[in-house]
Amino acid sequence: MELFTPDFGLIFWMFVAFGVLFLVLWKFAWPVILKTVDSRAELIDKGVEYAQNAKEQLDNARREAEEYLNEARRQQADMLRDADKMKTQIIEQAKNAAQTEAQKVMDNARIQIQQQQKEAQQQFRNQVSEFALEVAGQLVHRQLSGDKAQENLVDNILDDLERKN
Amino acid sequence: MKRIIIFLTLLTALIAAPVLRASGNAGQHGDADGSKGRLDPKEIIFEHLGDGYGWEVPFDHHHRIPLPIIVFGTDGLHVFSSARVADGRTYDDGGKLFRIAGADSDHKGKIVEIVDGKEVRPVDISITKNVCALLITVLVVSCLMLWLSAYLKKNPFKAPRKGLGGIEALVAFIYDSVIKPTLGHNARRFAPYLLTVFFFILTMNLMGLMVIFPGGANLTGNIAVTLVLSILTFLVTNIFANKHYWKEILWPDVPLWLKFPLPIMPAIEIFGMFTKPAALTVRLFANMMGGHMIVLVLTVLIFIFSAINPVAGAGTTIVSLGFSIFMLLIDVLVSFIQAYVFTMLSTIFISLAHPEEEHHHKEKTVDESVGTQIREALVGTPRQTI
Repeated sequence: MELFTPDFGLIFWMFVAFGVLFLVLWKFAWPVILKTVDSRAELIDKGVEYAQNAKEQLDNARREAEEYLNEARRQQADMLRDADKMKTQIIEQAKNAAQTEAQKVMDNARIQIQQQQKEAQQQFRNQVSEFALEVAGQLVHRQLSGDKAQENLVDNILDDLERKN
Repeated sequence: MKRIIIFLTLLTALIAAPVLRASGNAGQHGDADGSKGRLDPKEIIFEHLGDGYGWEVPFDHHHRIPLPIIVFGTDGLHVFSSARVADGRTYDDGGKLFRIAGADSDHKGKIVEIVDGKEVRPVDISITKNVCALLITVLVVSCLMLWLSAYLKKNPFKAPRKGLGGIEALVAFIYDSVIKPTLGHNARRFAPYLLTVFFFILTMNLMGLMVIFPGGANLTGNIAVTLVLSILTFLVTNIFANKHYWKEILWPDVPLWLKFPLPIMPAIEIFGMFTKPAALTVRLFANMMGGHMIVLVLTVLIFIFSAINPVAGAGTTIVSLGFSIFMLLIDVLVSFIQAYVFTMLSTIFISLAHPEEEHHHKEKTVDESVGTQIREALVGTPRQTI
């Protein structure tokens, strides 16, 4: 039974000892220890959060850079395509321009030729009519001669004409 | 390695058996009541479980480390060494006679004053074995914690290594996983008490497991120690309790007939106030005393069997030794668990004395988390910060 009856002396000393221990630790040990443990935990938490944020930011930056790069590539491709298109267009235009120019030149030439032809025909007609008048005049002059003579005369005139031309 | 262990065990058994038989025959235990030549297991066990005015030293049952006896007798304070009353002697201190009461007395094993031939128990605040162990524990715990705090003051953001790191890990373990989650914003306020209790109990438990001088006292297996600790928890719980706690005890939220003409519920609640510390007291006390007792019984078993037959004694030595080591290892675990449980239950009792506040606190944390989310949504988009 003696195990279950608390001893006064021990109770007294227990109060004293625990009181002293508590006061000493309360004053000198726990504030420092708890503050350090708390602040260190906070620091670690913050560090982890910071690292996560940093990682996230880094990932985002990388993604963004990649996006920019892709954009640039796309733009480059677009530009190249545009340039190509423009080139063919320019060439086409130049060709067309040249063609119209050539057409114009040819048209001019044709018109000139036609004019000249017309002039030549006019001249030719004039000459023919002159010759015809001359032939007719000479025929009128030599009416008296026979048919034979007339035929000879015409032949001679025609020969003359041929020689002249 | 295995062979060496087996060899050593056998050697111990062979040597120990005759020695123990001899010592058992010589009756070096229980010599106070003069029962020489007879082995009294009960006496041995209870002597080791209980308190004493001296401290045993290994391999010597006659000499003990003398400790001061402090008593308030019929005429005031007397202080003298326990060596003066050793072996049943009577000591005359200034005309007053003191001796340690014998086995047939009501105050068996305690210091008594002899007044007119009768034994009178004085007010006894002697530094007994348990008190001495208590003071050593206080010294050890305060040294460890002051050492840790000194280190942390010097290097606030450097985790200590080795032994100090272990202590700090324990502090952080109790603080972060027991006190903080249970007490919330009150954690910082009660942590000093709870941590002191934890390390005090843990150190007492572990010192009790050491067999020789600075240890070996069955301190936490002594009901006085656990009683004081639970009284302190009871006081801390009730003194710092808020008004909701008292309302729940004196005017709980139950149908009126349960509390008005006959205060049934309040009576139960008030009864509950006292059962909590009682449970704390008995749990720690019974666990630690049980552990000590089993190891003692296993050890005494060797003496008993050696007294019957040396060969049986040798056999028992091996078995008992194995079991003792096993039990001591379990007790190391139990020491930690019991200190942990005591601290945890104290924490829960204290948190139960702050009912509404805790609820309020929870709401606050929810608000805070919502606040952080909003803040993150508003400010924290990483694209903007780049």
